[in-house]
Amino acid sequence: MTTARERLNAEAAKRVLITDGAFGTEIQNWKLSEADYAGTLTLGHDQKGNNDILAITKPEVPETITRAYLDAGSDIVSTNTFSANLISQADYGAEALVADINIESAKIARRLADDYATHDGRPRFVAGAIGPTNKTLSLSPDVNDPGYREIDFDYLKGVYREQIDALVTGGIDFVLIETVFDTLNAKAGVLAAIEAGQALGRDLPIMLSMTLTDLSGRNLSGHTVEAFWHAIRHAKPVTIGLNCSFGAEQLRPHVKTLSEICDTLIMVYPNAGLPNELGAYDEAPATTAALVGDWADHGQVNVLGGCCGSTPAHIKAMADRVQGVAPRKVPGVPVQTRLAGLEPFTMAA
Amino acid sequence: MTNASTNFVNIGERTNVTGSARFKKLVMAGDYAAAVEVALQQVESGAQVLDVNMDEGLLDAHHAMTTFLKLIQAEPDIARIPVMVDSSKWDVIEAGLKCVSGKPIVNSISMKEGEEAFLHHARICMNYGAAVVVMAFDEVGQADTQARKVEICSRAYDLLMTISFPPEDIIFDPNIFAVATGIEEHNNYGVDFIEACKEIKARCPHCHISGGLSNLSFSFRGNEPVRRAMHSIFLYHAIPAGMDMGIVNAGQLDVYDTIDAELRTACEDVILNRDPGATDRLIALAEKYKGTDAVAEKAAAEWRSLPVVKRLEYALVKGIDAHVVDDTEECRQQFARPIEVIEGPLMDGMNVVGDLFGSGKMFLPQVVKSARVMKKAVAHLLPFIEAAKEPGAKGKGKIIMATVKGDVHDIGKNIVGVVLQCNGFDVVDLGVMVPWTKILEAANENDADMIGLSGLITPSLDEMVTVAEEMKRAGMTMPLLIGGATTSKVHTALRISPAYDGPIVHVLDASRAVGVATTLVSDTGRDAYVEQIAADYEAVRIARAGKGQSDLAPIAEARANGFVADFTQKPAAPAKPGRHVFDDWDLADLRDYIDWTPFFRAWELAGNFPAILTDEVVGESASSLFEDAQAMLDRVIAEKWLTARGVAALWHCRRDGDDVIVDVPAEQLEPAIEAGRVSPLSGVPHDFATPMQTTHATHAIRMPFLRQQVKKREGRANMCLADFVDPAGDWMGGFAVGIHGIDPHIARFKAENDDYQDILLKALADRLAEAFAERLHHHVRTELWGYAPDEQLTNEAMIREQYRGIRPAPGYPACPDHSQKPILFDMLGATQATGITLTDSFAMLPTAAVSGFYFGHPDSAYFGVARIGRDQLEDYATRRGVSLEQAERWLRPNLD
Repeated sequence: MTTARERLNAEAAKRVLITDGAFGTEIQNWKLSEADYAGTLTLGHDQKGNNDILAITKPEVPETITRAYLDAGSDIVSTNTFSANLISQADYGAEALVADINIESAKIARRLADDYATHDGRPRFVAGAIGPTNKTLSLSPDVNDPGYREIDFDYLKGVYREQIDALVTGGIDFVLIETVFDTLNAKAGVLAAIEAGQALGRDLPIMLSMTLTDLSGRNLSGHTVEAFWHAIRHAKPVTIGLNCSFGAEQLRPHVKTLSEICDTLIMVYPNAGLPNELGAYDEAPATTAALVGDWADHGQVNVLGGCCGSTPAHIKAMADRVQGVAPRKVPGVPVQTRLAGLEPFTMAA
Repeated sequence: MTNASTNFVNIGERTNVTGSARFKKLVMAGDYAAAVEVALQQVESGAQVLDVNMDEGLLDAHHAMTTFLKLIQAEPDIARIPVMVDSSKWDVIEAGLKCVSGKPIVNSISMKEGEEAFLHHARICMNYGAAVVVMAFDEVGQADTQARKVEICSRAYDLLMTISFPPEDIIFDPNIFAVATGIEEHNNYGVDFIEACKEIKARCPHCHISGGLSNLSFSFRGNEPVRRAMHSIFLYHAIPAGMDMGIVNAGQLDVYDTIDAELRTACEDVILNRDPGATDRLIALAEKYKGTDAVAEKAAAEWRSLPVVKRLEYALVKGIDAHVVDDTEECRQQFARPIEVIEGPLMDGMNVVGDLFGSGKMFLPQVVKSARVMKKAVAHLLPFIEAAKEPGAKGKGKIIMATVKGDVHDIGKNIVGVVLQCNGFDVVDLGVMVPWTKILEAANENDADMIGLSGLITPSLDEMVTVAEEMKRAGMTMPLLIGGATTSKVHTALRISPAYDGPIVHVLDASRAVGVATTLVSDTGRDAYVEQIAADYEAVRIARAGKGQSDLAPIAEARANGFVADFTQKPAAPAKPGRHVFDDWDLADLRDYIDWTPFFRAWELAGNFPAILTDEVVGESASSLFEDAQAMLDRVIAEKWLTARGVAALWHCRRDGDDVIVDVPAEQLEPAIEAGRVSPLSGVPHDFATPMQTTHATHAIRMPFLRQQVKKREGRANMCLADFVDPAGDWMGGFAVGIHGIDPHIARFKAENDDYQDILLKALADRLAEAFAERLHHHVRTELWGYAPDEQLTNEAMIREQYRGIRPAPGYPACPDHSQKPILFDMLGATQATGITLTDSFAMLPTAAVSGFYFGHPDSAYFGVARIGRDQLEDYATRRGVSLEQAERWLRPNLD
């Protein structure tokens, strides 16, 4: 029995793989009412907008969307659990449901992935999506007190651990720590996943995906992509990459940088361009596919997909675009001591 | 410095309550704002990693550590560098790890509490993604001797390997202890550390070694001059031994060479434990330096009384910026134009800094400080330079300049910028380590006329290609100028130019920048110039692409098109045929024959001698290098460091096809016969050639040569060296020269860790060998063969080979087969005569050696055999009497 890490690496050696696209913008199309969201739950808070809770209250929504992505050609589907953590669910008074949401979401993705794999014999994978929460370990919300933090490392680690354990129960292959705007939050997530894996007594592979908040290529906590790689390399991530941020056009130089320095698979799933003045995404599937296809042509990526604004049509266009394109070969990198502050620091070893 | 591969990492120690009384006071008082200022100063003064330690009995270390780390996280100028979380308490370390967002270093873990606790801590560090300092400390105690240090570090390393700890994330601290304490057992602590470094580095691949320096000089508390000297001397020896990190206050180091010689020797005797009296001597001497840094003050006072040009140099070397503006101003008033201050005294000073750094006598933080002094001086001059522009003159054009990402060298770029500004250009300097995104952005925002990229290190070449690609992608068409020490026209033409559609010009040096930039903004000259450059680069590309592509003629056809020499012109028989051995050629005589141009090339200084000495860009460095070389040559000659030994021989011979049959006197071949390489009966070196008839006195040796096969146009011959020899009987020669005796000197320089002198001497020995070959050839032409007895050539003309006859060397283009060397050596009896030996791959030892053939025909000339066909290869193998595979191996470079 091979591990999920080995199977993903084996598939990635054959072709450029495809992950899925956005949930949020797809869910909007359902034009769900408060009653749709809440179902029979009585939580004392409005649930409208709590997309993750649909796994319990209206599972046909995430199921239909996941199916659409699998139909479009996704090799990896992620769970609809970006906000299914204690901190984010507190806004909906749904703290008690965190485990259930994650378990049910993971089960949906697992079942569909397995169905499709059985049907056509092509392996499918499930990534358990872990969002950054809306709290940050690196920055103070109070400009007059730069040393203040709303939460601490151990608390966030505990929050992540609860979510990870539930996702594992539901059957995920990978822990996907995504949209990393704060590198220290990500490190808490990594440690939670490492400890979860140790408790399980097996390899629990991690995927890491950073999001950039300025065009020079830094996230909100100020790390460059290289510094980020140095800071989380100990997670031995099965994929590393970028998501959300801007559109593909703006990510291009940073994809190239990561591709050159990281001795693991590169996964990138950008937004469908930049939002228009109404906050909607206009980029056509063919446009996004052409942009990400260019990275594939240059051997810079192993897994492609979409984030905000992307649809099954975008994913299908990408899958078609990279059909037959050789995947990126994971480079060997010299043994060097790689430290980091906000910027990378390398010593010859 | 970020993301630079760094040889010695300087860890800032001022944010350590155990090392800095001021920092301790601030933290104790809760004045964290001021404490953060201390961290900022550390980063600004060159710290590459920030050590944070809050181990103070009266302090809540846990709280102080996390508070301080969170605060510096909010300061991008501090947070950009990695942190070292330093505590003797594990809970403080772990609390610290939870506040650090990058990849930090933990200082420290050890086996003090046994293997289990050690590995437990190591695993936690791994999970947080931290490198570790491992103290050489075990259950028994701290390692003091070399053996204990090596034993503990090795054991720790092996244990860490069992949990797959990344070896590159291990930093050993093998304990620097105080020396000169008066206790005899302590005398060897310096040596113990230095020697242990070497062993640990060899024993534990990829690990690093760190240490806290201040312990070393503990006995001399309050005597800063002595402490500084001790620290500097210790590093001078420990760094080459493998110490690559240190908790060091950059401001408290001296430049090795500038330490008072008496003090330096005394400190060195103590640190290296050279004799039992060393400690007493240093203690006695230290009295002289005690008190209020009196000697330093005296030196300082003396320094201020030097001429202003020397003061600037002193300030640059010492990194003192206190008086630099005043001195620069004083200097400016002495020169006609402010730019001359930069090109003259300031560059001279920086050259000194460069040499000291290059020879390991200055450390990175000090160099950073020197650059800062330079920048202050330039900043003072810039307004004057700008004011000197013609009044009301409109800028000629706007140029974006940047040292590309990954590179921090900017002195050259700054000079170019200044020169351009002086000539009316508006320069937007983006600084160093500039990513292409910023370069493109700045070009657009400033509506620039062109972009200039600079880089000194080789990876910068690739980065320049990236910038060009991105400019193309962005649809830009403005000219792109390429400059910097490793850039070249060929690289620009082959790699950068195809990546971009706009004009690309490689600018060789600062002197040409103005001409190029002016042409590129001129309405009339631009188009023609751009076309000419494009054509020029296209030619370079075609020349490269065409290599090895040309058609080959069958060997029979090539032979039919061989060179036909007029043998009525062949030189007469030699005045002194046979062999001539020179045991000790006068080095002073050889000195005049040195071709200096390749010497400068070896030092990556481009240009021809002697013009290079006055070159606008490298002239100062070249002159300083040349002076050093002359000084060393003086000593080499006066103290007879080296010996020039050589042999030359002239033999009767005749051509046979592409071979030359050489009649070699039997006695020369004796060693070869004894060794079984030449049969005494036939005189045939059976490994090498087919049997020939022989006489009593001589053996006939067949020397096969190769012929050009590339198809020639009408009137050009397919050359072979044999063409220069008359089939009806002729003469040729051979020689071997070598420069012996370099090893003890190199060993001495190595022991002194003096790379500069090491490379200098090797480069000089190479030059002397070439000079000897040139001198001996001259002697052959005028005396031994004597066909040009009246030859009167200047050294310059000789370097340009304006003489009659050639001396091609096996392995070089005209006779590219290195395996001819053993035959040549046997014919010369070269090893016995000169002590030069050949390795299995036909390299000569000593390495400063030259060997070759002499051809005297007036038409004989150098050429390149280049690519040959299979037909000639097979034929050559037969003529040499070796297998096809063997010949193929020897001639591989000529087969592709």
